[in-house]
Amino acid sequence: MAWKKYIPVFALIACIIVFQLAVTAMSREFYLTQLTMAAYYSLVILGLTVLMGYAGQISMGHAAFFAMGGYTSAVITTRDLMNVKGAVLVDLARDLGLTIVEKNAYGSDIEHLSPWAALAVAVVLTVIIAFLIGIPILKLKGHYLAMATLGFGIIVYRIVLGSRLFGEADGISDIPPFRIVGGLAVSGDPALRVQNFYIASFLVVVGVVLLMNLIDSRVGRALRSIHGSEEAANAMGIDTARYKLFIFVLSAVFACVAGVFLTHFNGGIGPSEADVMKSVSYVAIVAVGGMANLWGALIMGVILNYLSLRGYFGSYDEFVFGSILIVIMLFVPEGLLRMENARALARALARLRNNLGADRKQ
Amino acid sequence: MSFEHLLQYVLSGITNGSIYAIVAIGFNIIYNTTGIINFAQGEFVMLGGMTAISLAAFMPLPLAILAAVVITSFAGALIDFLFIRRLKSPSVLNMIIVTVGLSIMIREIALHIWDEKVRSLPYFTGNEIASINLLGAYISPQVLWVLGVCSVIVVFLGLFFKFTLTGKSMRACASNMIAARLCGINTRNMVTISFMLSAAIGALAGCVISPITQTQYDCGTSLAIKGFTVAILGGLGNSTGAIIGGVIIGLLEAFSISVMPLAYKDAIAIAILLVILFVKPSGLLGAREAAELKEF
Repeated sequence: MAWKKYIPVFALIACIIVFQLAVTAMSREFYLTQLTMAAYYSLVILGLTVLMGYAGQISMGHAAFFAMGGYTSAVITTRDLMNVKGAVLVDLARDLGLTIVEKNAYGSDIEHLSPWAALAVAVVLTVIIAFLIGIPILKLKGHYLAMATLGFGIIVYRIVLGSRLFGEADGISDIPPFRIVGGLAVSGDPALRVQNFYIASFLVVVGVVLLMNLIDSRVGRALRSIHGSEEAANAMGIDTARYKLFIFVLSAVFACVAGVFLTHFNGGIGPSEADVMKSVSYVAIVAVGGMANLWGALIMGVILNYLSLRGYFGSYDEFVFGSILIVIMLFVPEGLLRMENARALARALARLRNNLGADRKQ
Repeated sequence: MSFEHLLQYVLSGITNGSIYAIVAIGFNIIYNTTGIINFAQGEFVMLGGMTAISLAAFMPLPLAILAAVVITSFAGALIDFLFIRRLKSPSVLNMIIVTVGLSIMIREIALHIWDEKVRSLPYFTGNEIASINLLGAYISPQVLWVLGVCSVIVVFLGLFFKFTLTGKSMRACASNMIAARLCGINTRNMVTISFMLSAAIGALAGCVISPITQTQYDCGTSLAIKGFTVAILGGLGNSTGAIIGGVIIGLLEAFSISVMPLAYKDAIAIAILLVILFVKPSGLLGAREAAELKEF
């Protein structure tokens, strides 16, 4: 029965709808803002879960890909083309209908490239960079892979922080909304909260379904075999280098798309999105979710990001993610949300009940 | 570029390079006995500097530094007792995640103890404006302290690993953990000692560089990255290589400032790291055969 494996997906969709209706009924729609952001971050985490949990390749630089998406879109859509005449590329973009004329905050008209074009450019750019960097990086293992990806992340962070084009420490603001079709738009406008929540949820659902099918496919089996033993996988005739590269690029694209959408939702992006600590917190959430566990990663991703964004951790935010890493690795390296843990708990409870029962009989 | 300029760049490169070399040696000590890359190595440097700064308010400077080194080495032992020993069947991935988590925790604890202000120890001799003229280039007396302490650490470690029983046992752990255990060496204690030694060296480095580079709760991360670059460049586990690698990276960085914006200085070291990892992960002085056995 093919549809049976989609039961969790339907449950997810039902949860999303019920949550939205409940929040609206209680007129607490402002909860949706952070939840939308958490959903976009979860998209990064989903991609990373497949890379880390299934293929067994750590990446401590995924915030770089997120920033790549966000910054590319920010740079492209904030450039005013109103007074640019005669440039071949700009005219071509106009002819193709890729530019949008809008009023800015001061009431004057500005013309900028459509976010759709920006999304396409961002994805292509990310694919190229992830591909080029992935070829040498994925030859490394263990500590070396961790350090190399970390190093890549730091370089991107430094470039973003150091160049005028990306607004240095201020980042880029006043990013126009991403109009998808008709009235649907990704923007931080409070009136559009509900539809933005659904746009983000839609992307998450699509991402989950895509990755679920990927994991159950030939590619997924190949990835798991790489995680088990790369040598054995090689010996079985699996082109391990190709599969690792494919999944690295795919997870980079997930991060990039999340970056593009969240940047338009927030209306701005700053260098903190490329910070190493962001990458580490993504890794932390994948670890809590149970490494090779899409649903665990999704649930923990939404919950932890939501709590972090609502400011529940206060000034202890980084501390929380750091201690999560340690506690999970020390006590439950398989992750929190696993059937075995539930079963172990059930067994322990049953034993406790039996013991109590035995005591009573005596 | 005049001779004096050149000399000035070279001296600043060697100073920074020797700092990176000490951090790299700290990495090597733990790596050799455990096979772990301790991502929290830079935090030992920060912890040493910060503790000494706080203690220097109550006691003379040498005593404060000594106390800071002792306290930090106990922190290193504590980390081993509380976390590293408790890892069940540690895979490399788990080890990385734990030490990264530790580095974040130590940093955040330091932030809550000391706030985010930039502090520094007083200059050991002279003050900020004291300088020594060396063939036309000017250096601070503190630079001589840095170079001196680096040399003392290297010589001390050389003697320690060569002539003391503990040092020899630690080397035995490095070459073969199981064989060392069969010879009656308590390998667990050796791991603890390696953490203490590495923390102590990091703390000492943190104290010596504090007057020049200043100390802040998050200064450890970039030092750790540089130290790791140096350790890899010299061949992981090789202390002579660490010194050579340190000087090379230090010089490259010093000269990069003359051609590129300062904002990209950190990116240079990391770009070098990536190139080494891609081209020759065994490093300059790392043996190729030994490298093939390790997990790159």
